[in-house]
Amino acid sequence: MSESNVSLKVEFSGGLELLFSNQRSHKVAVPGTVPTKYNDPSSPSKPADIAFLIHYLRDNLLKERVELFMENDTVRPGILVLVNDTDWELEGEGQYVLKEGDEIVFISTLHGG
Amino acid sequence: MPPRTCALCSTNRAMLKRPKTGQQICRECFFYVFETELFKPGDRVAIGASGGKDSTVLAYVMKTLNERYNYGLELFLLSIDEGITGYRDDSLETVKRNQQQYSMPLKILSYDELYGWTMDAIVSQVGRKNNCTFCGVFRRQALDRGASMLGVDHIVTGHNADDIAETVLMNIMRGDIARLGRCTSICTQGEDTIKRSKPFKYAYEKEIVMYAYFKKLDYFSTECIYSPDAYRGHARVFLKDLEAARPSAIIDIIHSGEAFEIREEVKATQKVQQTCKRCGYMSSNDLCKACTLLEGLERGMAQAGITDRGRKKLESEGPAPENLRTIPFYQPPSAGNAAILLEAP
Ligand SMILES: [Zn+2]
Repeated sequence: MSESNVSLKVEFSGGLELLFSNQRSHKVAVPGTVPTKYNDPSSPSKPADIAFLIHYLRDNLLKERVELFMENDTVRPGILVLVNDTDWELEGEGQYVLKEGDEIVFISTLHGG
Repeated sequence: MPPRTCALCSTNRAMLKRPKTGQQICRECFFYVFETELFKPGDRVAIGASGGKDSTVLAYVMKTLNERYNYGLELFLLSIDEGITGYRDDSLETVKRNQQQYSMPLKILSYDELYGWTMDAIVSQVGRKNNCTFCGVFRRQALDRGASMLGVDHIVTGHNADDIAETVLMNIMRGDIARLGRCTSICTQGEDTIKRSKPFKYAYEKEIVMYAYFKKLDYFSTECIYSPDAYRGHARVFLKDLEAARPSAIIDIIHSGEAFEIREEVKATQKVQQTCKRCGYMSSNDLCKACTLLEGLERGMAQAGITDRGRKKLESEGPAPENLRTIPFYQPPSAGNAAILLEAP
């Protein structure tokens, strides 16, 4: 896996930032190619996608209470994901392949009225 | 049958019987009542503002529509300060920014001012188990009282479809038939209370959040530090799981809530509304819930307003002392009693 990294801007809001050092905006670089099964180098490789990014953020940026961020290998219901300002449901959700310079935003809808 | 004249203008010929009121009215009056159902020009409307996403979007949308369609409404922000250090004081800063951004007058009414107790003080006496009961009862009454001080005709709140579906579920789980019947109506008005409505009844939480995101609205999103309303929390998570499996679940649950019909025999057993003997607020008992809770706090028997056993214990200790702190007597809304002390912009 010699391919270079993909740099991204990742943002958390709606209260999610509290789980990530209370910092909204993060610069993140992830490998361009990753194993299909997270953390299993023996599985076939695939281009890094949002499903990978979610796991990567959990293991590298998340500071507390993983259950408020992830559930069943994806984000917890009630967290919206935007890819360059577009609802990820229109972009293939977890299967969206990350590109250099992408802005990925995670917003919790679960906090406060 | 001879033609009938309109029950509203007494001039034109009635063309329609209104299903809601049974009134026979003419075409022009029908258009008028239909179009002004929610708001009338000149109405004074308070937006219950917490600084959170829902009420921030509501304030923005109300302002925008009022200007775009010339509703002619006079809009106010009304915030309740529960007295929760590190939570409400921060969110009130957001409301104060909204006051500037939307140039709307703001009134803040605090629990401390109204009840003599902040939530911080209540929690230090009752602990974290039942504090949401106090907060909910106190907030409801504080909103009505704040609105009455502002002399408004109408309170709008930011409850969205997810909130209403959540409330339907909770009322079913608790078997609270009276509330189940009420909680899905967009607009409620009792005899002594100010009209209340929930314009976002059909707006999904996702839409509210996306709207705020695209419009770059400034809102506050931190969970209440005392928020252990575990029951509501479970209902909320359950609902989000249902929604993930089938997005229509939210609207379907609201619809189910609306479709419940309460049998007349059951209605007859429900308590009639009266006014609280101590503070004048509407109540289904001699004392309203807030007065009962407050008396319990003041006499160091906080359980009095929560359980029947606590209530009996309080009563067995004799009548309330003369010098008991009470809530100021409620002035039902009427034009002209507005004594407004607004926040300086
Ligand atoms: Zn009372």
